[in-house]
Amino acid sequence: MAALGSPLRTLRGLLRELRHASARAGRPYRDTPAYQHVMAAFRAHRVTSEKLCRAQQELHFQAATYLCLLRSVREHLALHHEYHGKGERSPREVAGLVGFRLPQQPGGKGWDP
Amino acid sequence: MNDLVTRGRATRASTPPRPPSVLIRSGNWGGNNLALTALFLFLPPERKRFYQNVSISQGEGGFEINLDHRKLKTPQAKLFTVPSEALAIAVATEWDSQKDTIKFYTMHLTTLCNTALDNPTQRNKVQLICAAVKFLETDTICYRVEEPPALAELQKNEWDPIVAWAENRYNVAIGSSTSITGPNIPASTKDTFISHLASYNMWALQGIEYVITQLKSLILSMGLIDRHITVEKAVLLSRLEEEYQIQRWGSVEWAHDYDLCELRARAAAGTLFVHLCSESSTVKHKLLQD
Repeated sequence: MAALGSPLRTLRGLLRELRHASARAGRPYRDTPAYQHVMAAFRAHRVTSEKLCRAQQELHFQAATYLCLLRSVREHLALHHEYHGKGERSPREVAGLVGFRLPQQPGGKGWDP
Repeated sequence: MNDLVTRGRATRASTPPRPPSVLIRSGNWGGNNLALTALFLFLPPERKRFYQNVSISQGEGGFEINLDHRKLKTPQAKLFTVPSEALAIAVATEWDSQKDTIKFYTMHLTTLCNTALDNPTQRNKVQLICAAVKFLETDTICYRVEEPPALAELQKNEWDPIVAWAENRYNVAIGSSTSITGPNIPASTKDTFISHLASYNMWALQGIEYVITQLKSLILSMGLIDRHITVEKAVLLSRLEEEYQIQRWGSVEWAHDYDLCELRARAAAGTLFVHLCSESSTVKHKLLQD
């Protein structure tokens, strides 16, 4: 069984991602079916003693997987916005991507009027 | 066929003009599938968000998604229905979290459901299983390098435990190899995996094959499906050589991190899809325990 850490941590992460997702659509996240489903599932499968509960483990794995999905999609989208699909870059931006700066000529270039 | 295409075009009146409708109809592209593929190749990757509210309703075939008052359809114009409520909620969340434009390349669960509903490659269960098991012959974690020694050792340390787990779990022989032809997988191993995969339903199998093609490894995928490793770990192991090179030469955000995020999202979506689609047995299991 994979090491997943504490379920509460997973739940917090999930709620954070759901908040991000519904902020994109501009509505309160507590009204979304996803929030209600996640909360209901976590409440229903709370264990009070330290027994190993296979069903809870399975649910926790599912929650962690969903968290990974939401987080990766958000990060992927952010990177996509940053670097892709914007057409051709200016020479200055291209130089910046690989850590260079275009040379500066204090008095203007020779052929400039 | 023409019917379908025209209907598809009529509902998409708001999208920017797409070029070669002539090509699509002339039949130069071969069968129906190709024409449809062509149709979707020319669709823009993003389109305007044309709906306000996303809701779920329960129909005869399962759970359906409603965008305002319209029912969501698959690319082949079938009604979009999924077997599990949790899956429907996750799909609805994908649609609801789109801002201004719909970004299809971020909606992995929707894509997987569409694939399962339309089955665009027209494969049956046996063909799917064969395609999945074929990956075992060229499984990423069975191919080892001899040099550089640091990478060889890293592969041994990281991959050997997973191979050992799979050999134990399925009671088979897998092994690893440094030769270009790969390891010799005994026929009994393949038979074991074939009969194991046969216990999954069509939907779950589509998901399993998707995860395998993403991770390039049957063993890592089964580790995920059996909940032995997390998605993060599986993706790390699948990209082990790349991670090694990154440690040595540095990471480039717009290539390495971009790939990493995309692979994680895809692997997580596939795994979740498999679990949600084969859940009915799990739920029974829980009830028995109570």
